[in-house]
Amino acid sequence: MSQPPQTPPPPDGDHDTLRPTPDVTQARDLRNSDRAVREAALRRERGLLARITTSVDWRSGLLIPLLSVLTALIVGGVIVMLAGVSLVDTLAAYRALLVGSVGSVKAVSETLTATTPLILTGLAVAIAFRAGLFNIGAEGQLLVGGMTAVLAGFTFTGLPLVIHLPLAVLAGVVGGAVWGFIPGFLKARTGAHEVIVTIMLNFIALRLVDFLLKTDVFQREGRNDPISKFVEPSAQLPLLLGWLDPAYRVHLGLILALIAAGFINWLLFRTTTGFEFRAVGANPSAARYAGMSVTRVYILVMVIAGGLAGLAGSGQVLGVLDRASPGFSASLGFDGIAVALLGRSNPWGVVAAAVLFGGLRAGGQQMQASVGVGIDLIAVIQALIIIFVAAPPLISAIYRLRAPSASTQISKGWAS
Amino acid sequence: MSGSAAAREAYVVGERRTRLLTRSQVLRSRISGIVMLALAVVTMLVFVPGVAGTGTATFGLSAADERIQLAPLSVPTTGSLWVLAAVLAFLGATQLFRGFQRRSTLILGIAFAVFVAVIMIWAAAGKEFSLISMLEATVASATPIALGALSGILCERSGVVNIGIEGMLLGGAFSGVVLGSLFGGWIGLLAATLTGGVLALLLAVLAVRFRVDQIIIGVVINILVLGLTSFLTAQVLVKRPELNDAPIFRPVKIPVLGDIPIVGPIFFEQTVIVYGMFLLIASVTFLLFRTRWGLRTRSVGENPKAADTLGISVARVRYLAVVYGGMVGGFAGAWFTIGTVGRFDEGMTGGRGFIGLAAMIFGAWNPIGAFGAALVFGFFDSLQQKFAILATPIPSEFLSMAPYLVTIIVVAGLVGRSRPPAADGQPYTKE
Repeated sequence: MSQPPQTPPPPDGDHDTLRPTPDVTQARDLRNSDRAVREAALRRERGLLARITTSVDWRSGLLIPLLSVLTALIVGGVIVMLAGVSLVDTLAAYRALLVGSVGSVKAVSETLTATTPLILTGLAVAIAFRAGLFNIGAEGQLLVGGMTAVLAGFTFTGLPLVIHLPLAVLAGVVGGAVWGFIPGFLKARTGAHEVIVTIMLNFIALRLVDFLLKTDVFQREGRNDPISKFVEPSAQLPLLLGWLDPAYRVHLGLILALIAAGFINWLLFRTTTGFEFRAVGANPSAARYAGMSVTRVYILVMVIAGGLAGLAGSGQVLGVLDRASPGFSASLGFDGIAVALLGRSNPWGVVAAAVLFGGLRAGGQQMQASVGVGIDLIAVIQALIIIFVAAPPLISAIYRLRAPSASTQISKGWAS
Repeated sequence: MSGSAAAREAYVVGERRTRLLTRSQVLRSRISGIVMLALAVVTMLVFVPGVAGTGTATFGLSAADERIQLAPLSVPTTGSLWVLAAVLAFLGATQLFRGFQRRSTLILGIAFAVFVAVIMIWAAAGKEFSLISMLEATVASATPIALGALSGILCERSGVVNIGIEGMLLGGAFSGVVLGSLFGGWIGLLAATLTGGVLALLLAVLAVRFRVDQIIIGVVINILVLGLTSFLTAQVLVKRPELNDAPIFRPVKIPVLGDIPIVGPIFFEQTVIVYGMFLLIASVTFLLFRTRWGLRTRSVGENPKAADTLGISVARVRYLAVVYGGMVGGFAGAWFTIGTVGRFDEGMTGGRGFIGLAAMIFGAWNPIGAFGAALVFGFFDSLQQKFAILATPIPSEFLSMAPYLVTIIVVAGLVGRSRPPAADGQPYTKE
């Protein structure tokens, strides 16, 4: 497409201004290329729909993830043995992993408690994936959301639960959304790659929490270490199984997380906004030519993603911890990446993956406590699971399955 | 869509104003003008009262053990801050009302340098501050960042995005300390380099052969290495601390060059790893831009199809470039353990790999440019450490945020203008 000489050079970074100039000589040329791009977008969209429907297919939707988990566990076991743990102890560790995740009502409760934030951070990564953005910042968004939630949780006193609890939960959502807005805005306006910005914001959030917990506003009276005041009982998420045994920690946040999954599913696949998200994710230039505002999508999707991670933060401080302490995010945000990838960025897939990783987390605690195999092994197993899930041909090659399905391609380098 | 309509309108207005500047450039120059004026105001209202009655700030220019001693530089605090504030105000006002146009970026850089000088004078007011040791620390802290950037450049010039630099640094740091504890520093250095190479091979196989999303692999490498090293630290190193106690490389003074005032101690009284960094920056620049191998690598990164048509094996070139890049990353990892403290801590790289990526973008995928950018980041790194020693009233958490904030500013302000290799991040299928 040739540019007439009087046209100003296309401005860098700003997508909105990259639309065709109303020049008559160019019109036909443009119409043609426009149609081609639209068709390409349609093809991509069909491909996307095909991807969604095939994810129901048992091979790529169930068999590959299952084999991935199995293979990751085996490789993880080999690593444990290489670290000098005997075969008997390794098997005992995996037994503890199983018992600690599903072995008793308490274990199941622990699994679901760990599942709750993972569903939300998984959704925070997944919805961004759908719009072609890689949100590594769920960790920081969770931290900031947790801090605003805890602030609302201890600042207001004497409010009834029906007002105070929603207020505190919402405060977390808003905090996370603000932290998500920054990379979305910078990506949309300046083209700054969201991977770098979100990672930097994670570090900044971590330092910010350390700082805030030492200020008079947050720090608990009479304490010198960085720890926040207790959340008022009127802002605590009620326990779901508290009537059976107060030690069952699974709380109302689980229901909120499931509602969030349903909402995101509806948003992505039943609304115009969701269609725009997926169209931008499939091909931003085609979406732009079709008249969608890529800027708006990038900002909106990151605000929603941040809000989801912020809700996870709310759930942690209002439902599990009742306070904030340094690093209370406990890498839940990073695990969200693994959850989103394993769940194929499908909201209900994310829920299933979160249950699995919640089980790994809960069982990992038991494994460390009873056998003495470090909980960091769980991170290794998760990383291996992502490798195998992201590279179906690899798993197909290992187990000699039929022709491999295509690998996932989400990002397009720095330029897009 | 009202936002985009307004944007188009503003574009037209911007065009009418100057014709040479696009809307985002106009916006950027206005913002930078306002930022400079704000810095001038902050200087006058915060820093000038802050140094009242302190007299002079003294900056040491020579270390005690040097042959040629330079007198320390003393500046009157209040007076110099007023002058610097006036410079900032002048630059800001000119930018806002007339605009420096093409030189805007340079002017903004100068304004930030002036503001850094303001902060340093304020921090050193009434005290003595060794400028030379801070600049020495700048080069040292810039080393892993520059090498990380170089690792990224090697991969990305061939068209493979490497987000896993952080993991390669961490892996190199870990194997460096373990093998270094067992067999000495040089073997540790070798082990670190090879570890980076192995991790990069994983990246290359998955990216080139299995065509997995390269950003995902990079993130996975980071999670995997963080998990693995943390697991092995808890499982092995805690029980056998003798494996986490490596000899470290001491600074070696280069004869003659090391005796030059100012330049000598900054550049020529460093460790082997820092010299390795100088050597690698120079040699990779030469290899990339002056040899057949470099031309082939760059052509694969720009247009793999054309390169393939000419008979270059895209896969082979990418494998080689990525593995070389990984080895550089692993070598850089050694800096964290056997290059400085001699022991490994979980997650000790603290995002330096990502800062390296930002330096790569800042330096426009060019080794020399990336080195310059790494020096800027290294400066903020060492500034933060020195300020902690000077006990300024700024909370240490905010100081430690500085390198991350600068990184965001850099990627947000510059990625639009520095152009990545055209085929960066795209898997190639032979037709």
